[in-house]
Amino acid sequence: MSTTTLPPTKKDAPVSAPSGKISDRARSERKLGWLLAGPAFLVMLLVTAYPIAQATYESLFDYRLTDPDNRSFTGLTNYWVILTDRLWWEAIGITAFITFITVAVELVLGFALALVMVKALRALRPILRAAILIPYAVITVVSAFAWQFAFDVNSGFVNSWFVWLPGVSADTDWFGDRWTSILVICLAEIWKTTPFISLLLLAGLAQVPEVLQEAAKVDGATRWQRMWRVTIPNMKAAIMVALLFRTLDAFRVFDTIFIMTNGANGTESVSFLAYRQTIARLEIGLGSALSVLLFLCVVLIAFIFIKLFRVDLSQARGE
Amino acid sequence: MSTRKKVLWGIGGFLIVVYCLFPIAWIVSVSFKAPSDLANKSFLPSGGAATLENYRLILTGGASDLFLPALRNSFGICLIATAISCVLAMFAAYAIARLDFPGKKLILSTALVVAIFPIISIVTPLFNLWRNIGLYDTWPGLIIPYLSLTLPISIWTMSAFFREIPWEMEQAAQVDGATTWQAFRKVIVPLAAPGVFTTAIIAFFIAWNDFIYGISLTSTEAARPVPAALGLFTGASQFEEPTGAISAAAVIVTIPVVLLVLIFQRRIVAGLTNGAVKG
Repeated sequence: MSTTTLPPTKKDAPVSAPSGKISDRARSERKLGWLLAGPAFLVMLLVTAYPIAQATYESLFDYRLTDPDNRSFTGLTNYWVILTDRLWWEAIGITAFITFITVAVELVLGFALALVMVKALRALRPILRAAILIPYAVITVVSAFAWQFAFDVNSGFVNSWFVWLPGVSADTDWFGDRWTSILVICLAEIWKTTPFISLLLLAGLAQVPEVLQEAAKVDGATRWQRMWRVTIPNMKAAIMVALLFRTLDAFRVFDTIFIMTNGANGTESVSFLAYRQTIARLEIGLGSALSVLLFLCVVLIAFIFIKLFRVDLSQARGE
Repeated sequence: MSTRKKVLWGIGGFLIVVYCLFPIAWIVSVSFKAPSDLANKSFLPSGGAATLENYRLILTGGASDLFLPALRNSFGICLIATAISCVLAMFAAYAIARLDFPGKKLILSTALVVAIFPIISIVTPLFNLWRNIGLYDTWPGLIIPYLSLTLPISIWTMSAFFREIPWEMEQAAQVDGATTWQAFRKVIVPLAAPGVFTTAIIAFFIAWNDFIYGISLTSTEAARPVPAALGLFTGASQFEEPTGAISAAAVIVTIPVVLLVLIFQRRIVAGLTNGAVKG
């Protein structure tokens, strides 16, 4: 079937392809490539690009589902309303705070977990691996309930176990105050997602060349020096990828807050604020504007990571 | 390693196991407590008072018409979403791992962007659209958005697995006299199957975990999945705290994922780390 005389038809050639310079084989490979990968690509665009475009459009209207006939074009008013509202900035502050605290603790704790997994006896590894996967696999809502019930003033055990701590008494109401609520939210988030980070770091640890460790040892480097000068620099890429993924994930925090406080006591995250406007208050216009702003925040974080911290995503893509 | 070190790392390992299992142990304990025993301030049900009452309530009792349909919805919706995304990802990953075509990077980057997309930004427009076209509170109305959760990770994980398949073996089999179909079925399928299977487990976990789509795009037991049903659970009467029933339901939905973890732990770890970090 492979004839070399067939002229290149314009329809098949990708726009960027230098027409006529690629062989038939390469062209059919391209065609097959897009034929196979195209459906998945299209579906991904359909379930994300389309909704965000729709949200951008609807964010320009004053549009409530309770009063759909009075939909009116208001331009950027919704954005102005949000950006001048204290609620938005508080939600941003809370979200950023939870993100920073959880990711920082998870990184340190996850590293410790990864080190123990590396050093533990071979016989123990399957047990540790199974144990560490359990928080990852448990539904976030279930984890939120477990932690909520543990800290609950009536049915929990935390108050009676930790009564010796300063500030904890038998009737400490953890969910009655903003910062104690946030503490419990952070604990639940950290418990649930540290395993994921530790697995990524474990894979990163395995990539540190053993010869470098040996060389440093021969040169008289202490354990601590080897950690900071050899191990960590050599797994920088793995650390950065783990950080990027977890930061973006943490910034979307929603489930735990919904279960534990339902946004009360100033524990509302950005996702929660957007949810409340759209689903609970049926303010499609405002909710859409919030969605777009949240999306822009996520893009900004990803941009900062990739440009400023030079996260090498080709590492992440496995190339 | 000296014995002292071995013991120390062993203790470290033990602490990890405690850390991972403690909240689960707690919710299991609560699920066996009677309502009158909930406030006993201790970790376990007080002296022999463990009861199956909570399980009876959600499986056959008053809360069963909330919980059982949700369980069915969750299994159905998550399995279908996982199956669709695995099939789509299989073709895409084959193309990415095996063929040379421009746009590989574009597809993988798109998958990355979709994976980090804030779900709530998708929910807002879908909520309105689904209401208009009748997909609100239906299975397809959740399966379609679930693809935004399962498809990107499937493409990443599977293309990482497929890259490691020694594809030359297909030609080798053909040289040895196998037909194209035989070579594919006897050589490639067994090599690719573990990767596909692992990807399916990870995708299923992610779909099973969804909460935002579940509470936003459903309103009745026609399509509401378990996490959403748990989140909106309000007890048999308004005077009774549903703590025990929620715990029992939480334990039941945790059993499938714990079983998958115990059986396939090695593969899941390989899948999670292969897709993300690779030297």
